[in-house]
Amino acid sequence: MRYFAVFVLVLLASVPYTLGPGVEQSLVTLFSLVAMATWWNLLAGFAGLTSFGQQAYLGVGAYGLYVLALAGVDPFAAIPLAAALAGVVALPVSVAVLRLSGGQFAVATWVLAEIFRLAVTLSPGGDTGVSLPGISGYMPLLRQALVYWCALGLAAGSVLAVWLLARGRYGLAARAVSADPDAAAASGVRVARIRRVAYCLAAAGAGAVGALLFTHTLYVQPGSIFNVQYSVLMMFMVLTGGLGTVEGPVAGALIFFVLQQALSAHGPWYLVLLGAVGVAVTLFAPRGLWGHLGRPLFPIAHLRET
Amino acid sequence: MIAAIVQGVLVGGTYALVACGLSLAFGVMRLVNIAHGDLAVCGAYLALMAAAGFGAPPVLALVLVLPLAFGVGALLQLTLFERALRGGELAPVLVTFGLSVVIQNLLVTGASANPRSLDGGAFALAGFEVGGLTLSWLRTAGFATAVVVLGSLHLLLARTGFGRRVRATADDPEAARLSGVRVRPVFACVAGISVATAALAGMFLGLMSTFDPYSGGLILIFAFEAVVIGGLGSLWGTLAGGIVLGVTQQLVALWDVRFAVLAVHVLFFGVLVVRPVRA
Repeated sequence: MRYFAVFVLVLLASVPYTLGPGVEQSLVTLFSLVAMATWWNLLAGFAGLTSFGQQAYLGVGAYGLYVLALAGVDPFAAIPLAAALAGVVALPVSVAVLRLSGGQFAVATWVLAEIFRLAVTLSPGGDTGVSLPGISGYMPLLRQALVYWCALGLAAGSVLAVWLLARGRYGLAARAVSADPDAAAASGVRVARIRRVAYCLAAAGAGAVGALLFTHTLYVQPGSIFNVQYSVLMMFMVLTGGLGTVEGPVAGALIFFVLQQALSAHGPWYLVLLGAVGVAVTLFAPRGLWGHLGRPLFPIAHLRET
Repeated sequence: MIAAIVQGVLVGGTYALVACGLSLAFGVMRLVNIAHGDLAVCGAYLALMAAAGFGAPPVLALVLVLPLAFGVGALLQLTLFERALRGGELAPVLVTFGLSVVIQNLLVTGASANPRSLDGGAFALAGFEVGGLTLSWLRTAGFATAVVVLGSLHLLLARTGFGRRVRATADDPEAARLSGVRVRPVFACVAGISVATAALAGMFLGLMSTFDPYSGGLILIFAFEAVVIGGLGSLWGTLAGGIVLGVTQQLVALWDVRFAVLAVHVLFFGVLVVRPVRA
């Protein structure tokens, strides 16, 4: 399994040399979907917190990158800094939103994304969007390849990081918290801390994706990066793939990617389908595709029930 | 200044009208209905259709829209929400969010994404003067409706047999069932009332400003903010919350109208930080 994973990664890393820019572009989209879904799953699947506001941190990542690049930092070197910035911004925010749980937490995070969107829109020149500065030094072909490798690294790194978190002590505690916060607290788990760590890490992950998307599109607008539609996608991918598994978000991102290529021309009907599938999966197959059909490639449980 | 406060109070009534259904569903079924705002928008579209189809003014359209909305709410409860509520804490959030996406995009296919508004005729534009202030009939009617609806809900819950069954079920569904309350119809009625009030509020919002298939998100957020600011599970608190929202919005708009909505969101976060944690 481990060798297979390394083989696939090497194969994917060679794409800029073999399959060319067209495939590269599509795969950047797929990888950012994988990373988005994986971090949303850390929050919803492991820590039991459904956020409809991760687009807030996509935006912080993108605009953080803008500010850093404006200050002269190389855009690619600035991606991790933008991610860290999103994580830091999430810390004080978590004090407010983590006083709620369930649906109330979900709506409160959404309000936060609206606050960020309005704040950026109302800042001088903010409503028209901005282009990424400092990127013109790169030749287009090299830039696209760098974006591609960053996307691949981010997707693979996200899956690996969440897997390591989920299978360790932290993951056990997080799953206890999502199953029953009171029982977890009674067993000595520091519930508030578990949730806060998940929230800040998920924010940093979303920040990295936001910064990456900016290097990919070279242009960002508050109306699009802070759009709640991103949360719809994250929810759809994680639910269909399998909530609370490491493989689920990856499978969900693949399903969504294929659906998007095949159906996005149908506009609203395609979104009706996404919503309806999300509802149906929650009600009738809550463990998602991977949870019901797949075998764990990245096991997180130490003991299997017989 | 005084005018802005009075206008804020009146607009706040309409926010409270949207919020009371959300508050009721949460209080009784522990359901945070993410699609609540979208259901309100559906109410506005239904009134629009009634006006286009039968030439009925919006107020008469209510005769048609309210029973329909009640039926839809009850049906949603019996089919989707009931099942979702059995699936743990995440399921209702995800199901109602999915429902919200479905409603929005069905509205786009059915009615296009163009902004629309309801034509309330001369009544919607007219106003009257009280103590040097000009008040719009429409906003006053919206506020009065909110007070009447909240008052009736309060009486219904506090004074009737049905209300006693609702309160018993809200406290402990199992104990209520053991005492002979038929829980399913109670929940279905509560969901029906919740959606009917949403549709009513949606109609007022549609008379006051334009709406499009995506308006539901902001309506939900405002309703939710009113509920949280007013204190969870209290109908009069919801009215107070709605009024606080409305007044904040109007006062900030005096200074700079672009910051009005932002100020409301920031206020909500402020309240979230300082209010005591729910037990």
